[in-house]
This record gives sequence, C-alpha cells and structure tokens, in this order.
Amino acid sequence: MKESPTSTSDVTIKELETRGIQVRKIEKEVYEVFIGPQHPGSGHMRIIVRLDGDIIAEADPDIGYVHRTMEKLSEVREWLKPIPLLERMTIIDACNITVPYVNALEKLMDKAPPPRASYLRVLLCEINRVASHLYGFGIFGVFLGHSTAYMWAFGDREVFVELAEILTGARLTHTYPIPGGVRRDMPQDFPEMARRAVKYMRRRLIEYQRIFLDNPVIVKRLEGVGVISKSLAAELGIVGPNIRGSGIKYDVRLIEPYEVYDELEFEIPVYEEGDALARTWVRVEEIKQSLNIIEQAVDWLERHKGELILSKDDYDKLPKLHKEIYEKTGRVKLLPVHASMKIPAGKAVARGEAGRGEIFYYVESDGGTVPYRVRVVTPSARNAIVFKYIVPGHKLMDLPAIYGSIDYFPPESDR
Amino acid sequence: MKGSSIDRVYVGNLNIAARRARDLLLGKLKLGEIVDWATTFSLWPVHLLTSCCGAEFAATWSPRFDAEQYGALPWVGPRQTNFIVIEGTVTRKMACALRITYEQMPNPKFVIAMGACALDGGLFYNSYNIVRPWEVVPVDIYIPGCPPPPEALARAILELRKKIREKNIASKWLIEGWRNDRDYVSPKEDVCRWWRP
Amino acid sequence: MVEALSLDNIINSIKLNLEGLVKSISISKGYIEVVVDASHIVEAALKLKSMGYDHVKSITAIDYPKESKIRVVYHASSYINEDLAKTIIGLTADIPRDNPVIDSLSQVWRSVEFQEREVYEFFGVIFREHPDLRPLLVIPELAEKKVLRKDFIVKEESIYEGIPHKY
Repeated sequence: MKESPTSTSDVTIKELETRGIQVRKIEKEVYEVFIGPQHPGSGHMRIIVRLDGDIIAEADPDIGYVHRTMEKLSEVREWLKPIPLLERMTIIDACNITVPYVNALEKLMDKAPPPRASYLRVLLCEINRVASHLYGFGIFGVFLGHSTAYMWAFGDREVFVELAEILTGARLTHTYPIPGGVRRDMPQDFPEMARRAVKYMRRRLIEYQRIFLDNPVIVKRLEGVGVISKSLAAELGIVGPNIRGSGIKYDVRLIEPYEVYDELEFEIPVYEEGDALARTWVRVEEIKQSLNIIEQAVDWLERHKGELILSKDDYDKLPKLHKEIYEKTGRVKLLPVHASMKIPAGKAVARGEAGRGEIFYYVESDGGTVPYRVRVVTPSARNAIVFKYIVPGHKLMDLPAIYGSIDYFPPESDR
Repeated sequence: MKGSSIDRVYVGNLNIAARRARDLLLGKLKLGEIVDWATTFSLWPVHLLTSCCGAEFAATWSPRFDAEQYGALPWVGPRQTNFIVIEGTVTRKMACALRITYEQMPNPKFVIAMGACALDGGLFYNSYNIVRPWEVVPVDIYIPGCPPPPEALARAILELRKKIREKNIASKWLIEGWRNDRDYVSPKEDVCRWWRP
Repeated sequence: MVEALSLDNIINSIKLNLEGLVKSISISKGYIEVVVDASHIVEAALKLKSMGYDHVKSITAIDYPKESKIRVVYHASSYINEDLAKTIIGLTADIPRDNPVIDSLSQVWRSVEFQEREVYEFFGVIFREHPDLRPLLVIPELAEKKVLRKDFIVKEESIYEGIPHKY
C-alpha cells in the first residue's frame, strides 16, 4: 500500500483551514462513521463506529437523545403521578413497565392487590408483551429491508393494541395498575375477543415463520452474527430475550414470580446458539407462551366474575357515589386522598419482566407525599453495552442485524 | 386564491385528475399551482424519531391506517425528503440533530409537531433537559394528544396539504427563495452549543 | 418457610465470606443490604463475585444532604446460579458529599461500566480507575450541574405562570 507522507497532509489541512473549511485528521486507514440519530429503524441514538476497511474496529454508543429526566421528575410528583410519567419511556409496553413500580409501592405500604386485579394486570402485561415483540419484529424488518415483515407485524400488532384499548380505554398509555388494584374491570365481551385474537395470532405465526424466519436471505444474514456466549452474556449483564438466546434460563416471572405468575402454566424458551437468529426465535416462542397465558387469564377471570378489583380497605373508604359508579361501570374513581397519600418511610426493590427484559425499580420513601428517590434500570439501558463489546469484529452491514436483534428501544434506555 | 376550482380537491379521484391533467397540458393552469399540487401529493417525512410518539408514527404507516395513500412515505435520507414530523419531546441533545436534519432538507419543507410534549413540554413541562420544538424549527401544524392516535397524524397531513394549497406556500417559496411567514427560531449556535464533531 | 431459611443461609454465607469487611447486614424489602466501608468495596465485590454474583442490575446513588453523604448501592445478582438469582444483594457504601470519590468496580463486573458513567454525570461521583469516565446521557454542561442531587431544584409548574401581576 502506498504511504503518503504525513507532512503533506498537514499542509493540505492548513491550506483548507485558511480557506475556511473545517477539517481534522483521523488516524490512518480508519474511517469514522457516525450512524444516527437520524437513521432507518428505531432512531434516537447515535453509534460512532470506527472502520478498518469494512470491519468495525471500535463502536461507541452515544445514547441519551431521549433522556427525559424521569428519575428527577418522579421526585417532585406525588406517589401516583410517576405511573403515567414512567410508562412514557416504553409507551408500547406500558403495563409491564409500571407494574414493578406499583409492586414496590405495595411493598412499602404492605398492601396486596386482590387476585382479580392481579389477573387483570397479568392479562394486560401479556397483551403488551405480544404487541411489544411484534413492534420489535416490525422494526427488525425495516432494518433488514424486509418491508413485508414490517407491514405484517404492525398490522397484527393493531389486534393487540385494540384489545388493550377495549380493556383500559387507551391505545398505548394505559395507566392501568394503581397501588392496591387496577382502574377498570374487564368488559363483558372481552374474553371472546381475546380468544379470537389468540387464535388468529397462532395462525399468523406459522405464516411469519414461512416468510421471515425460514427465509434463506434472512437466515444468511442472521445466522452466526452477533454471537454472545453464555459467560459473556452474564458478564455484560444483558437481559431479556437476548440472554435467553444465549442459553441462560433467567426470567423474573420464573425466578421471583410477581403477581400471579406462579399460578399460571407457561414455559421459558431458551436457545443455546446466542446469535441474532436465536434471539429472534426466542421472541417468537415467547409470543406463543404469552398467548397461552392470555387464554388462562381470561378463563380464570370468567370463572371469578364479580370479585373486587381494588383492595378491600381501599374499597371500603370509597363514598357511596363512587361505589355506585364502580358497580355500574366497573371503573374505579379514585379519591383526591389518593393523590396526596403518604407512604411509610422505607426502601423497596422490585423487578419485573418487561417485553425487552428485566426492569428494576428502587423506591425510597421518607414518609412524605413524594418519593425520595426512584431509580429505574430498564432492559434497554442494560442492553446498550452490547454495542460496545459485541459489535466490533463484524462487518458494517451486520450492524443493523445486531441492532435489530437485540431489540433496542432508545426512549426506554435513556429514561 | 382566485380562479380554479382545483383548490377544493385534496384526495385523488381519477376522473378529476384526468381533467386536471388535460387542463394542465392545454396550459390553462399557472405553473405555481402545479408545483403546489405536486408538493401536496409527495410529502415525504424524514425518518427521524425524536421520542416515544414514534410508536404512533410507525403505526400510521401500518396497514390499518395506511398513510401512504396520501402520497407520504417515510424515507431515510434527508436530502430526498421535504417534511419532518417531530414525535414528542425534543431533548437538548436531539435538538441539534433535529436542526441539522432540517437544514439538510431541500426547500420547500414543512414541519408537523406531534404530541403534547412538542406543543409546550406536556408531561415533561419542568424537565431540565427539554427544549420547545418551536425554538428549534418553524412548525406548521401542531397535534395535541399524548400520544395522538394515528388518525390524528393522518388528519394533520391532510391539513398540511390544505394549507400548502390555500396559501400557495410551496410555489411562493420557490419563486421568492424564502418563506416569509415562518416563525423565528433560535440561531444554530445556541441549539448546537454542545456539539463537537 | 423454605425461602426464609435460604435467606438466612445466604446471609450467613455472606458474613462468612466477607468477614471483616461487612459493617452491617440487614434484610430490606426485596433485597439484602450489605454495608461496607468505601475503601473496601473492591475487595468485597471480588468476594461476592467469587460467591457467584456475576452481574450488577443497578447502581443506585442516593443523596442525603442533611447527613452530607452520598450512598452508592450496587444491586448485584446472579444469572448462572439459579438459587442465588432469587435474591438481590445491595452492596452499599457511603461516601462524603463534598469529595465523592470511590473505586470503580468495572474491573470486577463489566456490566457496571455504563451505569457508573450515569452516576458520574448525575451525582458527580468520581469512580477511580474507570476506563472511560465521561457523561453518558446528557450534554457536558448539564452534567456539571449534578442534576440528581437534592440541591438541584426542579422549577415547579404553575397555572399562574405568565399571567401579569395585576390579575
């Protein structure tokens, strides 16, 4: 290779600078590529990649483009108000994100939701999980230039968004769980709709497999790409389907069952390969398991009609008018007391399994009307480290495949 | 705008379109009107997602809502697009990226601010890390809601088309080289103070 | 009953393994709090890692302006060992607020690297021997303000804002 003497390039740089053109030197034969924050797929983040030829030598994730200061804002709002605030970080997975926060509050208050409320929470969580996996699937399709996957996944996601809307009244931002219960009861015709959606999705998954997962082009692009070994996955502390694709059987629903997950029957899919294809397969298998859970939850809820969806002592405190509204519409109208409630001093930790992995909350109270400290560690925040340690060594064109396969969602990561 | 009845037609209709095309070829329409008409049917948003309303932005182009029927298709490169949707909160870091992307787009270009956060902060009103989008880029249409449903975004695209046609924004922009009714925005040095390339 | 027994077992084994390092150990809601001296934190972390706690879930920093200290909690747990995965250990150390320096654990657990950068930008805690200590999420000028400390006050929203005084 021809080596150009450095002195001449210095001269050219000076020449250009005198003409008002900004230039700077980079190391020899290493190209710096700035990817994002405007790029196809799920945007909001920048990766600074240094390329040696076509091989990525170094990758530096530059995140924080959607840092909306949720931890600080939670400290100035009353106990209930962080629920709608926090669910904005993963708007497509709202119930899974807020349930652990509510669990932490319940731990501090020594309060337990009635079983019907727990089942309703689990039902919405699983509907959210399916919708969130389909969202990730669609974005993955955009990354790989497979627009059919995007169209199909987003079309089918609407089925589950619609289910959540019927259950809670909002497409994405449900604000469903509250300490001691949930806000709305299930409508009468909901079980039938849920069963039809489940049946439809099971049929569609077979078609997904035919067009996407078994597609030779997709398989070639994903197989053996972004391999994370079992020990490295534990070392990096990554979470969710990514770690289950690396052969570690870790799911909070199994390890530390919250709500009523210990009463339900489901499996945790685990793949040993640790590559992008395995991670995609884990998600598809998880959708199947979530569909099973939806069926079981709906069956249970049908068998136990008329039970309370709010804890007994909260219900007794409601005035007569609010009780009437609850009896008629199945809707819990909270009292103003709830907004300014005080929570006994203490600290609690709660974790839950969101669509993208484990979510961790640390809540500390000093006995006041606002939290003293709320610490959130989201699944994507813990997965961001993959970009630094797994991406180097791959070709540049493997980056979209890895990015899509770890299902990174920037607003969740930046909080 | 006086004259043609073309102002009233915003959604494609084959017969009317054929008649218009005939008028156009026979030289009955002014060139400026053709530019406005063509711009309204090719509003391509750039693929920049600023926040969580991006989930609804993606759903707008999904089969159920199908915003592609309005001639809009999200595209990757800012050089090939003429329309930007601000999806929710704009953080200080993102403001610079938003501004650079906006400046890279060719004229005429339009902005829709989506969601309560893009109006005046919304839920994150008193956060230390957000800026108001109207400080960064001049906004044409605001959509309230947290998040606004996909129908609202589709409606906003139609409203934008109406605005372009009624005020002849695109053609005037090209003729005069500058759009006069745009709001004042902060200079780039203020928005991108932290930026080090 | 079984769970309580295993919790006691875990506490005993931590006491045994971290002998001489632990200041106090107690069961909190959802995790076991192990308080150590800030100067021994690397030693304690190495011992916890050899016990099987292979990753850190969260680095939680809490500001106590009244006591003039910042508390740093490493919530560690295990992936490989399913019995240990059921519990979370909160490895806690208190550092002075006006000189917040602590040894970095990124050589012990690689999973803490990004979160230590986060604590650095929000609280101004300096992690000694961290490979790449710079702000992660916010722009540098905001990181200087140490926004998550209690003396950074968030401006309260008011409905009367912007209305002239005469009303």
